[in-house]
Amino acid sequence: MTAPTKSAPLSNDEIQRYARHLILPEVGMEGQLKLKAARVLCVGAGGLGSPLAMYLAAAGVGTLGIVDFDVVDASNLHRQIIHFTQDVGRPKLTSAEEKVHGINPNVTVRKFETRLTSANALEIFKDFDVIVDGTDNFPTRYLINDACVLSGKPNVYGSIFRFEGQASIFAAPATEGRQQGPCYRCVYPEPPPPGMVPSCAEGGVLGILPGLVGLIQATETIKLITGLGEPLIGRLLLIDALAMRFREMKLRKNPDCPICGTKRTITKLIDYEQFCGVGATAASQSPSPEKTQTMPNALPEMTVEELKSKLDAKENIFVLDVREPHEYQICNLGDYGAKLIPMGDVQKRQQELDPEQHIVVHCRSGVRSAKVVDFLRQQGFEKVQNLAGGILAWADRIDKTMPKY
Amino acid sequence: MKIFLPTPLRPYADKRSVVDVSGSTIAEAMRALISQYPDLKGYIYADDGNVRGFVNIYLNDEDVRYLPAKMNAALRDSDTLTIMPSIAGGR
Ligand SMILES: [Zn+2]
Repeated sequence: MTAPTKSAPLSNDEIQRYARHLILPEVGMEGQLKLKAARVLCVGAGGLGSPLAMYLAAAGVGTLGIVDFDVVDASNLHRQIIHFTQDVGRPKLTSAEEKVHGINPNVTVRKFETRLTSANALEIFKDFDVIVDGTDNFPTRYLINDACVLSGKPNVYGSIFRFEGQASIFAAPATEGRQQGPCYRCVYPEPPPPGMVPSCAEGGVLGILPGLVGLIQATETIKLITGLGEPLIGRLLLIDALAMRFREMKLRKNPDCPICGTKRTITKLIDYEQFCGVGATAASQSPSPEKTQTMPNALPEMTVEELKSKLDAKENIFVLDVREPHEYQICNLGDYGAKLIPMGDVQKRQQELDPEQHIVVHCRSGVRSAKVVDFLRQQGFEKVQNLAGGILAWADRIDKTMPKY
Repeated sequence: MKIFLPTPLRPYADKRSVVDVSGSTIAEAMRALISQYPDLKGYIYADDGNVRGFVNIYLNDEDVRYLPAKMNAALRDSDTLTIMPSIAGGR
């Protein structure tokens, strides 16, 4: 798709390095020069971005842009393989750049230490040929899609959840012999309401899964650059790692799509946080799906310090843990008599709770417990409070020996 | 016929990944699914009764929105339905 404009010839070192590409007739010198001339933007240097950046670097993509503003956390290491143990606490961009250059010093890395926003997306995209979406939230995914449609650049899409992934190329521009491909909005016109779909932080993810999906994105990127094979355009690949089943759904361009349809109503980038509802990035399941539309805003809360002093003073407080049993095994407040009722069971086990009792509800970080507090209050429980910050806050401020996850 | 449920829907359907239902149209099969697992209803359908904008239903590999008969499309026993919500994880 991108004809090399100023294709500097390969050095002898590069010829050695790319020998196995060069002897593949389908890639050859022509393909390798296209890779060298290509400019790929990777939005996110996390689970999907890690294998993607490493393989694209190894393959000889000439310019790799990376957008990320995060710092490496210990909980990233089980899947974000571009970051090593000694990188914990360092900016992901610095860590990623080092690894990319370690793999292939010929790659030019362009670092964008920022959150991608409506204000900067088109400016950043301007200097790239292919955009790869390795982000983790709905607002940024709609932003990337719209910016790709508006700038006529393909959006190599991948997303993951627990054991499953989805991949496609959205907004592929028309070429000779190929019509413009469907965009993300054609397929998913609206995001889920906040709170309806759990994030990886709340829901967990199998560590290898972003590797699997990220490499599908890397494969499609290289195919787009070299013009090889059949690109994943107009098809949604569904990856189920547990069943190890790959299925494919047909995607169509929606003629009424607000951004790529004939009567487009979106002509510039919009406010994507607003489009997706506030707090769309941190969410989880709820006891009853119908009740999650409105997130409670002013729920009665208790700090971990308050709870600790009340428990030490033997006040009559019932601690309700609404996490899952496997989370309880990692750490818990069982020493204080905490009772475990997973959020999904609260509704049907409500009779185990006393509406007259002073109840403090906690989860990992306070998101799920807030929903349970809201639910119980609707059920007439008046003395129920949310533990602000969840058991993570307890581990941070009360019991530093407690493991965090 | 079989209806495939991806991970995000399983908490609402007794953790099942595949549900067997009968129905001569897509709408009938979906009604059978919802009557078996009522908690799915709020996830799949908006209050106005339409399928939510972040959920797609596929008959085999075809998006139901683009079938001429849409939800009234006839089903054979060998057909499968897949309900696919958007997911956003990636980091
Ligand atoms: Zn579209």
